[in-house]
Amino acid sequence: MSGRDERPGEGPGTTDPRGVGPGVERQLGVGPAGAEPATVRADEAGRRPTGGDPVRHPSPLLDDPVLEGRAITRDYHVGGGLFRGAKVVQAVRGVDFAVPRGKTLAIVGESGCGKSTLARIITLIDPPTSGTLLIEGKPVEITGRRPSRELRSRVQIVFQNPHGSLNPRQKVGHVLMEPLELNTDLPAAERRDRARAMLEKVGLLPEHFDRYPHMFSGGQRQRIAIARALMVNPSILVLDEPVSALDLSVQAQVLNLLADLQKEFGLTYVFISHDLSVVRHIADEVMVMLRGEVVERGSREAVFADPRHDYTRTLFAATPVTSLQSIRARVERKASRRAASEGRFHAS
Amino acid sequence: MAPVLEIRNLSVSFDTSTGPFHAVRGIDLSVDRGEVLAIVGESGSGKSVAMLAVMGLLPDTATVTADVMRFGPHDLLTIGEDERRAIIGREVTMIFQEPMASLNPCYTVGFQIEEVLRLHLGMTGRAARSRAVELLTAVGLPDPADKLRSYPHQLSGGQCQRVMIAMAIACNPTLLIADEPTTALDVTIQKQILDLLLTLQEKHGMALILITHDMGVVAETADRVVVQYQGRKMEEAPVLNLFEAPQSPYTKALLSALPENATGRRLSTVKDYMDQLAGGAA
Repeated sequence: MSGRDERPGEGPGTTDPRGVGPGVERQLGVGPAGAEPATVRADEAGRRPTGGDPVRHPSPLLDDPVLEGRAITRDYHVGGGLFRGAKVVQAVRGVDFAVPRGKTLAIVGESGCGKSTLARIITLIDPPTSGTLLIEGKPVEITGRRPSRELRSRVQIVFQNPHGSLNPRQKVGHVLMEPLELNTDLPAAERRDRARAMLEKVGLLPEHFDRYPHMFSGGQRQRIAIARALMVNPSILVLDEPVSALDLSVQAQVLNLLADLQKEFGLTYVFISHDLSVVRHIADEVMVMLRGEVVERGSREAVFADPRHDYTRTLFAATPVTSLQSIRARVERKASRRAASEGRFHAS
Repeated sequence: MAPVLEIRNLSVSFDTSTGPFHAVRGIDLSVDRGEVLAIVGESGSGKSVAMLAVMGLLPDTATVTADVMRFGPHDLLTIGEDERRAIIGREVTMIFQEPMASLNPCYTVGFQIEEVLRLHLGMTGRAARSRAVELLTAVGLPDPADKLRSYPHQLSGGQCQRVMIAMAIACNPTLLIADEPTTALDVTIQKQILDLLLTLQEKHGMALILITHDMGVVAETADRVVVQYQGRKMEEAPVLNLFEAPQSPYTKALLSALPENATGRRLSTVKDYMDQLAGGAA
């Protein structure tokens, strides 16, 4: 498949491994030396709290990180009843990441790996317990205070379930205008015009403005959720399993839409998914998480061509394969097992 | 050899306030002993409804008609309630998408498995308990004796699905219908559950009908595939033929919508295909 993976809009340097052997490059930020952004983390060494370094594939593009996290950790305090002490769950443990402008970082992992907690931190819904989040190069501090309008407009999120993330009593038009009401001072007429224009942008019709969410299919609802996220002109869009609840054909449409929008608005995506075939299609960079830690990261090509961590390999092995070759092998194995057992049956 | 399940021209419609809604429109299908049949389709294709009709689990608002609907010696069209209750859960069993929601949260796992054994096989007491342990061992749950005392909420989704499978195979059924059995599970757990289903299916020579929307699951499990779209059967073929040389435009569309089959950054969508088809016809 990778032979067909040529994608428009990527610089020629993208797939250049720069002759650095995988695993050799241990610098954070993983860029060719000298091309490191001004935000080099000099203090990084020894700050990683647990486990070894994740597997790092060399990854050449990091000159303009629009979103960056350094040693992000998030603890949750759970339990603590009358007879039991509280327990601390470390949902995210010292995660570093950086996403260049206009690219897609895919975060892959199974339930409980901390990927949605990380999404909430990036979207400024929850503050990290420790660590720093940088948006467009500036550190963001939201513990104990609300993020500013300006800041909130930079990052938006699309959730997995389009049925649960839209208010059933709100008309689509109002769904789209609300972010503008909250975060800008635009007059009502302008808000309305922008909402109508955005409906068309995501492949819906202006007359859908006055309809309620229940009148739409799952795919259309996800389009509405994407439109809502784009109303305030964010530069970063966090997509938390955006196509997992959709049928295959609708999934294809929504993925195409996301690719178009990324190109048109230069959006940076953080794409959270457990579906490796989707990740392989859409991601530039891949980060695999297990129990709150990053176990492997690198460019899509590197991670898919040469998964190094055991867990990444387990994930790959568990992902269903639709190639003719593997189907043929499976059918043949079954036929020979069957022949063998019938042989035994006749012999006895 | 007569098929385990044979259905000819099955239609199901629901009475709604806006007139009848046809969920299934004239479907033929059959499954043999020891065969894995995948029914694949997107939401609204009627794949679940057709199987619920077989099980007699549809609500009163549904009208079921068919020329033939036969399970072994039983004519499912004329079957009485008592006879149906004797078959269902014993000779035909079904597992569902949401394992957590399929188990009763108020009773222990052991009670629910033993209930099946008591109702269908008349097993009680120690015999039922030891058979339940045996079943949990067969589905690969660690500490089976311990697990019998657990409530569903104390188990993970994958473990609950294993319990459901244990209940489904308790009476050595001839046919197991699995309706999206792994959709709610993580990919590594999905693999374990599918492997388990296939191992049990082969070991006991069960017929297995697997309802799914996931072409990957189809590729990994099925012997034969039925593709459904809007209540109609689009195509039926052995699994390799289906992936190698799909006949119906809808199947072609589904396969080309797989992200792994994308050319460049664009995915083809089913709509593209259907538009082409409409354009060609006009």
